[in-house]
Amino acid sequence: MISMQRITQLLLLSVLGICITAAPSLALEKKSIILQWLPQAQFAGFYMAKDKGFYEEAGIDLTIISGGPDVLASEYLEAGKADFATMFLSTGLQRRGTLPIVNIGQIVQHSALMLITKTSSNIKSVEDLRGKKVGLWANEFQMQARALFKRKGIPVTIVPQSDSLDLFMRNGVQAASGMWYNEYHTLLSYGLDKNELRTFSFSDYGLDFPEDGIYCLEKTANTYPELCEALVQATIRGWMYAFNHPEEALDSVLRRMKKSGTPANRAHQRWMLKRMEDIIVTDKVPAMGVLNKKDFQRVRNALIETGFLNNVPLFPEFYRGPVR
Amino acid sequence: MKRHGIAFKLTTLTLSCAFIILAAIVGYNYYCSRDVILRQSEENSRLLAHQTTSSIDAVLSSVEKVAQNIAFSLEDATLTKEEILDLNRRVISNNPEIYGMAIAFEPYFLDKEKLYFAPYHYRSAGRISFSMLGSPSYRYFYMDWYQIPKELERAVWTEPYNDEGGGGVTMATYTVPFFRTVNGKRVFAGVVTADISLEWLEDMISHISIFDTGYAFLLSRHGTFITHPDRNLIMNETIFTLAEESKSEQLRKIGQDMLGGDNSFVLLEDVAGKGERYLYHARLKYGGWALGIIFPKAEMFADVTRLSRIMTLIGLAGFALLVGVIILIARRITTPLTKLSGAAHEIASGNLDLKLPEITSNDEVGDLAQSFTYMKNSLKEFIRDLTSTTAAKERIESELRIARDIQMGILPKLFPAFPERDEFEVFASIEPAKEVGGDLYDFFFVDEDHFCFLVGDVSGKGVPAAFFMAVTKTLLKVVSERGLDPGEVLTKVNADLATDNESCMFVTLFLAIIDIHTGETRYANAGHNPPIHIPETGKPEWIPPLGDPVAGIMEDMEYTTKSLTLTPGDILFIYTDGVTEAMDPAQKLYSEERLMEHVETMNKPSAPELVKDLDTSIKKFTLGAEQSDDITMLAFQFNGEQDK
Repeated sequence: MISMQRITQLLLLSVLGICITAAPSLALEKKSIILQWLPQAQFAGFYMAKDKGFYEEAGIDLTIISGGPDVLASEYLEAGKADFATMFLSTGLQRRGTLPIVNIGQIVQHSALMLITKTSSNIKSVEDLRGKKVGLWANEFQMQARALFKRKGIPVTIVPQSDSLDLFMRNGVQAASGMWYNEYHTLLSYGLDKNELRTFSFSDYGLDFPEDGIYCLEKTANTYPELCEALVQATIRGWMYAFNHPEEALDSVLRRMKKSGTPANRAHQRWMLKRMEDIIVTDKVPAMGVLNKKDFQRVRNALIETGFLNNVPLFPEFYRGPVR
Repeated sequence: MKRHGIAFKLTTLTLSCAFIILAAIVGYNYYCSRDVILRQSEENSRLLAHQTTSSIDAVLSSVEKVAQNIAFSLEDATLTKEEILDLNRRVISNNPEIYGMAIAFEPYFLDKEKLYFAPYHYRSAGRISFSMLGSPSYRYFYMDWYQIPKELERAVWTEPYNDEGGGGVTMATYTVPFFRTVNGKRVFAGVVTADISLEWLEDMISHISIFDTGYAFLLSRHGTFITHPDRNLIMNETIFTLAEESKSEQLRKIGQDMLGGDNSFVLLEDVAGKGERYLYHARLKYGGWALGIIFPKAEMFADVTRLSRIMTLIGLAGFALLVGVIILIARRITTPLTKLSGAAHEIASGNLDLKLPEITSNDEVGDLAQSFTYMKNSLKEFIRDLTSTTAAKERIESELRIARDIQMGILPKLFPAFPERDEFEVFASIEPAKEVGGDLYDFFFVDEDHFCFLVGDVSGKGVPAAFFMAVTKTLLKVVSERGLDPGEVLTKVNADLATDNESCMFVTLFLAIIDIHTGETRYANAGHNPPIHIPETGKPEWIPPLGDPVAGIMEDMEYTTKSLTLTPGDILFIYTDGVTEAMDPAQKLYSEERLMEHVETMNKPSAPELVKDLDTSIKKFTLGAEQSDDITMLAFQFNGEQDK
């Protein structure tokens, strides 16, 4: 099933690629993109598109800037330090309130965010979290959790979660936030077995927020609509390449991680790349890179409901990406 | 079936045994030594691990004490900011093992205006530097070193981290919460942290080297490599990600055991072609860290393997030597034996003059060779004797044969003896026994009208008997021709024989003289078997003996003469005891009865017919059994006057 689908996607991509290369590209446009976190397999598609020259084929000389705890992608857009940025859909919607940004392509179709508990703490359902200490990251990572606790009326003690899982490991909190592709595996790599962990994925509680998407200022989207489309398609090519050549992609990711001094190990990145495939390649939308209107509305509604958002953009205003 | 010699059997058996013994010794030694080494290694690694963990624990413990003391002093609410800064600085300058120390307070705790209060003194380029932590981009309240002691309300060692400011040095922080009493309630006020560089740990642990490639490593509480000879692993990988990449469930299990606090010695399966290795792991008292010591199995057992190899080589050399010695010994036994065997063949084929192989060895083979020589010499002597004896015997036998021929030659053998005479027919046969016997017969004309015929049997056998017989025959002929009565003839002959008969030989005789015209027959009998008178018509009958003794014993014997008259056609049959005493293979005698019976069945035989027929009958009876006595028969048939 998946492979058939992938073949059709690849076919589509190659057709697009031919169209793009056929177009007269006199000189490469110099552009930059900021990825919202440190180098890791979460961005393997971008790295592969860069390494394999897919961006250049699309007429873009793209510089990839890595984010991190101190680097906010939306601020880079705002300050003009980058032309494009990746953000969670929820982040994009929130930033739209103060910054005229648009989504030009939705890469990750699902939410990988989850709450992770130890089976030893005997929390069998979300309701069991009542009165427990729950570690939550800041900003966009809190939205789904807060929405869930609000909807269910469960009071919990929220403990700001650092970028380590040490507190959770030492039972300082009973539940920790985690990305399925990242922290969940980090816990496995701390020696916990899968059966020692119980997870609550927000996607299972009506809070399936599509995550990484590509954003730019509205102005950029208006000025360079073709370039925006070419960028998204080249990125999708990069992702397909990464999924079909995982070892090469991992080499590329690990090289970047070492360069930036981020702790890196192949097993972890391998897991991450696999999970990215799970949440990027989905049968819900026929082509990658598309933001589904239903997903948009689900996120918007949840954000309004939890008070994270009151000024809501319309779908066509917000989304400039490919349509199915 | 292939034939194997003594040398082969001896060699094979001895060497098989030797080989089994050798293999057993080497094998047993190998396994025992391995066992000893394994136990020693375990013990050594236990000691090594104990030493290492103790010295690490000592450092960690001293750092803990410093931080705890400071935390205790900070519970004093009267301390001013300046005093706190001073305290902070003094700790760094007095405790060289501590890289940096922060005293971080809860938001707005000391100063209602200030969100952050966290002085931090640290070493930098050999001097003590100072900074105040806390900013919108560094909200220390959410750092592990602050949050964990706060949430757990106890001191902890944080997970080691790479300090970007400190030149990428791996650091670990001990952080102690301190509390103050506010409004009568004891509340969390902040933490004191002591940072230590883990460089010294790396130095210390990298100095642990075991055999060629053995090493030690340190794992953090969550399994991250703090030190490892492969620097790529440090702070990047955990033991569990290694296990995942190498797909080793065992390694994952061992990682869990290591962090779970077990101290043990385990055999690691071959991961990534590194061969089997032993791991000893022990948990530290502080920090929740675990030390692992790796022993490459092949190197660990290298000495044993080498020892076993050398033992095997020595054993094989000894084995080769043994092969040589055994073959030599076997040769020393079998070579003379082979030679002797060849010589025996030669001797058996008659070559007694063969020179026996010279064997001088002073052992059983030597004895055998001597016996052989002795046997050969005895045999040679014996055969020489035998040859001369046989030659002598053959000479005697040939002389005897000649004597016999002569003896037989003196008996008339030509039949019909008197073809011109129709009045009678005489036929005789003598079947000599193997030994020279003493039977005799004779017939001759005494004068124109009288015909004498006789049969005799000399006692004993051999040359004396032959001589005696010859003498007897000559005497009989001489005496008979004087025209005497048969009784007188015998008397005369007896007297002559008995004279000077020192060997006491004797002869039985039957002598008859017939008037060939009338058929009147006078006869005398000296102890001879009774002849048979076979008339032309009527039953044959024995001629009764006259009771006279054998001739040749007593000089003065008188023999009587009897007479009977033969009618034409009558036969007088005389024989020796060789006939009646002829034996079949079961030693049964032919007997007089059988003789008579046979004679009775015949119908008017002629003299030659009678003799030949009886001869056939006797031969049939004896069935070829060896003849012990001469068989002599004489038949005289009277035909009377024939018209011419």
